[in-house]
Parts: sequence; C-alpha cells; structure tokens
Amino acid sequence: MDSALSQNKTEPVSKQGMSVDDVDRRIIQATQSGLPLVSRPYDEIAQRVGISTTEVIARMRILHQFGIIRRIAAVPNHYTLGYKANGMSVWDVPDDRVDELGQQIAALKFVSHCYQRPRFIPDWPYNLFAMVHAHNHEEAMTLVARIEKLLGNANRGHDVLFSKRILKKTGMRLPERDI
Amino acid sequence: MDELDRKIINDLQAGFPLTEQPYAEVAARHGITESELLSRLQQLLDNKTLSRFGPMYDAEKLGGAFTLAAMQVPEQDFDKVAEVVNSYAEVAHNYQRDHQFNMWYVLATETPDQINLVNRDIEKRTGLKVFSMPKLTEYYIGLQLPV
Repeated sequence: MDSALSQNKTEPVSKQGMSVDDVDRRIIQATQSGLPLVSRPYDEIAQRVGISTTEVIARMRILHQFGIIRRIAAVPNHYTLGYKANGMSVWDVPDDRVDELGQQIAALKFVSHCYQRPRFIPDWPYNLFAMVHAHNHEEAMTLVARIEKLLGNANRGHDVLFSKRILKKTGMRLPERDI
Repeated sequence: MDELDRKIINDLQAGFPLTEQPYAEVAARHGITESELLSRLQQLLDNKTLSRFGPMYDAEKLGGAFTLAAMQVPEQDFDKVAEVVNSYAEVAHNYQRDHQFNMWYVLATETPDQINLVNRDIEKRTGLKVFSMPKLTEYYIGLQLPV
C-alpha cells in the first residue's frame, strides 16, 4: 500500500517547516472535521476550495511530506471499543533522567502517549505523563505497576487519573476567520 | 462491529490513500464493494466506534501550538464549566477525570499567544485557575492499539 499515507515517523520531515497559503488553509478547513464519505472525496473538497482534484491531492501530499498532515486515518473511540479504563499515569522523576526514562516507558506496548510536561509545585509535582488503555481498572493498574517497576527508585511519586467521561473530541479545528 | 469492521479499522488506523477513488482501493483490499465500505464507515462513525475519519493535522507545524490544560472544578459546577470550555473551537478534546484535577482539555491554536488568550478567557468566565501543561518533550510511540 505504497499509495497510502501511513504513519511513519522515520520519514523525513522538514525542520524548517513550510508555510501554508490560503489555498492550503481552505483545504485544511474543508477536511479537518473529516473526509467526505463519497466515492471521490477529493473531488468534493476540490469543489469546496475552488481548485482541481489533482491540485487538492498534490497539495495534500506536500502537507503530508512536511508533517502538517500527520496521517489520514480512522481514529477509533477506544471507550466505545471496550477500553473503558483510560488511565493517565503521571510520575515525578528527576529532570536529569526524564528523557532516558520517558523513552523506556514510551517503548512499552500498552502506552499510547508519553510526554514530559511542566510541574506546578505544590499543586502538581509530576513531570512525566504516560497514557495507558485497558479494558478495566484492574488491568490498567497492572500496567501502571509495570511502569512503576521499570522506574524503580527514580519514581518519587505517582498518580493515575482515570477518565470518567469524554466531554469533547473533535480534533484540531482552524477557526473560520482569516480566510 | 464484526470481524471485517475490525480489519477495516486496523487498516485505516495506519493510513488512507491520497488517490482519486481511495475508498475503492481500500474496499478491494478487503474484498468488498466501495459502497459497502462507505456504508460501514458511515455506521462506525454514527455509532461512535470511530471518533474521526480523515486527515489529522499537526497544529504546531502550522505555526500553531498545543497545550494540555487542567482545572479543579467543583462537582456542582462541572456541567456548566464543561459547557463554557467546550464552546471554544480551539478546544480539541476535553475529558472528565477521576481526580481533584477533574477537567483536562487539549487546546490547539494557530499561534502560541492564543493559548494564553483562551486560557485567560476560560479563567475569567469560570473563576477557576487553569494549569497549562504544554508538552516539553514527546517520546516516540510505536503503533496504534489494535481494536
């Protein structure tokens, strides 16, 4: 499937980035809430933007090459799919070891996102976030225990925040102005 | 959702063709017609098995910015505050979490300045403090979860 836009983080992505023009912005706005479910979806976008289908496809390929489109893909709702326990595990680890430890945690199969974020002392002492998805609370806690074991004495404190409800999930939107 | 739906979702989590008739290509891989694929995708979106289908844009590469913001919302005000927060187009995701920090939203804006503007505005309208926690480092993640 070489024609597919797959997620491949080893693909070269320009460091200096690219600047998008008004046409690109109109393509982004026409597609950010989803791709039309019709036989020729890029025709419909071309019509809305006022350019040819060929140009839509060419521009979207460039947007993908530069990483502005991460990928064109289906995003499953893990909650609907039975992953009811979505745990955001948060860890207080020494700043000088956070990169080394973050990379190790991210490599665990059950971790879907892993970031270093700023602390807010005293309300929020945690600097490393790792999202785990499991079918239930117990399974999630088993996964968190594996992270705990991996961190060993670098773990100076942690917590797990389970999601109770999705309040909004739309993905990124460009506001309608400036067009 | 049947076995074929699962296969389609796992396939489409990885990517989608940028060609004139992309659904026909994907349908052929799964031995179904284009119209069957389209109706299955429509149903998976309608019944919320899929939360989105389409291009996923990186706001930071558009000169934009992201942050994850947390709030401690009193239980009795929760729905009212959720309504305020969700009313911003820049709020991409918002989750209720089981913690004293019980509201967590993702902001995606065109410029870093707008992150602060939206957060200040939310603080003003709700009277609550917003803890903005932009990612400092993203650690490499492999594949998506299979469904």
